[in-house]
Amino acid sequence: MSRPERTTILDARALSRALQRMAVEVLELAHGTEDLVLIGIQRRGVELAERIAKQIETDEGAAVPRGALDITLYRDDLQTVGPKPVIGETRIPGDLTGKHVVIVDDVLYTGRTVRAALDELADFGRPKRISLCVLVDRGGRELPIQPDIVGKQVKVNRGERVDVLVAELDGRDEVDVVPTGDGAAS
Amino acid sequence: MTAVLGKDLIGLEHLSPDQIRLVLDTAEPFKEVSERPIKKVPALRGKTIVNLFFEASTRTRISFEFAEKRLSADTVNVAASGSSVQKGETLVDTAKNLEAMRIDMVVIRHPSSGAAQFLGDRIRSNVVNAGDGQHEHPTQALLDLLTIRDRHGKIAGLKVCLVGDILHSRVARSNIWGLLKLGAEVGVCGPDTLMPRGIEELGVCRFRRIEEAIEWADVLNVLRLQLERMERGFIPSVREYYRVFGVTVERLDRASRDITIMHPGPMNRGVEIDSRVADGSHSVILAQVTNGVAVRMAVLYLLAGGRPELAVAANRAAAPE
Repeated sequence: MSRPERTTILDARALSRALQRMAVEVLELAHGTEDLVLIGIQRRGVELAERIAKQIETDEGAAVPRGALDITLYRDDLQTVGPKPVIGETRIPGDLTGKHVVIVDDVLYTGRTVRAALDELADFGRPKRISLCVLVDRGGRELPIQPDIVGKQVKVNRGERVDVLVAELDGRDEVDVVPTGDGAAS
Repeated sequence: MTAVLGKDLIGLEHLSPDQIRLVLDTAEPFKEVSERPIKKVPALRGKTIVNLFFEASTRTRISFEFAEKRLSADTVNVAASGSSVQKGETLVDTAKNLEAMRIDMVVIRHPSSGAAQFLGDRIRSNVVNAGDGQHEHPTQALLDLLTIRDRHGKIAGLKVCLVGDILHSRVARSNIWGLLKLGAEVGVCGPDTLMPRGIEELGVCRFRRIEEAIEWADVLNVLRLQLERMERGFIPSVREYYRVFGVTVERLDRASRDITIMHPGPMNRGVEIDSRVADGSHSVILAQVTNGVAVRMAVLYLLAGGRPELAVAANRAAAPE
């Protein structure tokens, strides 16, 4: 089988610029770093949260607590997809009550992951506010969920997938749109 | 391909090394769930699980119950005493009646070897073996494996010795399967009367003296000596047993290497194990109990998700016998 056509929508430099801008927007939204907590969604969201947090720390000189969230156990489709082989780590930096939590994820699509994340976060305390920050908003929502901060908005069809590659896990920074082969192609 | 467990968990004998590793890896994140302020995730919301216990059990039953509740399943406990089992209802009738109430899973503890398999072959619900006679106790072995991996960072290449009543022990049997499949070296040590004939053929080494076992092993899994064995003449006396096979501080002090002490519980202090050893720095006995909940959550979660085999099992159950 030939390799499906990849279309790069963000290269390494564009991705870096997007993250820089997102870091500034997080600061504006949260009015500084006080009470700010970044929570990345496993897997790529964790790396992105780490980078945004570092950027804020460089700009502001203040520590930004961050954590990781695996929403597998809060999914609404265990029956249909079956169990995910390995569940990632969930690591929450202390009680979230009274914090401004910014959820960071790589791609926003149906909104179901965010729904699960909101449910899960509620079991760790009562944040004063939860915001949503995504690198790519590809449209196609199935739930009334909207992001507060978006790196790049792009309309992607059902038969396509958005791949976010990060150097820490994939060896390079890049965002691609890839046909999934679910439709005519096989 | 993702390895799933299939419809039931009956024993480790028929699981592949990958399936065993899958359970251990899945148990890791479940450890963290029990540390949360709200120790509960909705993964098994709406699932109904029956804990069917035909034999006394405290630790295993409570551990399963915590695992089920922390996954948000609805659970019912049925004990043999006080149920229609006392009125002579057969195992299958009991289970079929429960199934008629639309349950999803049965966790069974039974004094007869093979009871879990027998049940699993006849009902649609997932069946988890919580100990059947002298056959297997898979979740105990899985939690033992997880505890060993936590402590030593690996299982392959470790020397693990089971001490005590190997003959009657389902814990020993499940441990031997699991350890061998994951590449550990397995030893057994105990009185001749409590040693199955031909145990060496399984690929385990036999130690006649506890001192030799301690010298050899990285991990000692000390089994409970069931006191009724004494009445039936397998051992002369409890004191004699302690003198010859008891795991004592003095014996451990003579060992050249650092050794991990495990015990599946409930312990007979001063019979198979010295209190100072059970409570000492070598002991991971309470870590085993903590890991028990995580392992059982992993098993229930994996069984609940893997549904394709259900149809096959249902057909088999419906077929005339």
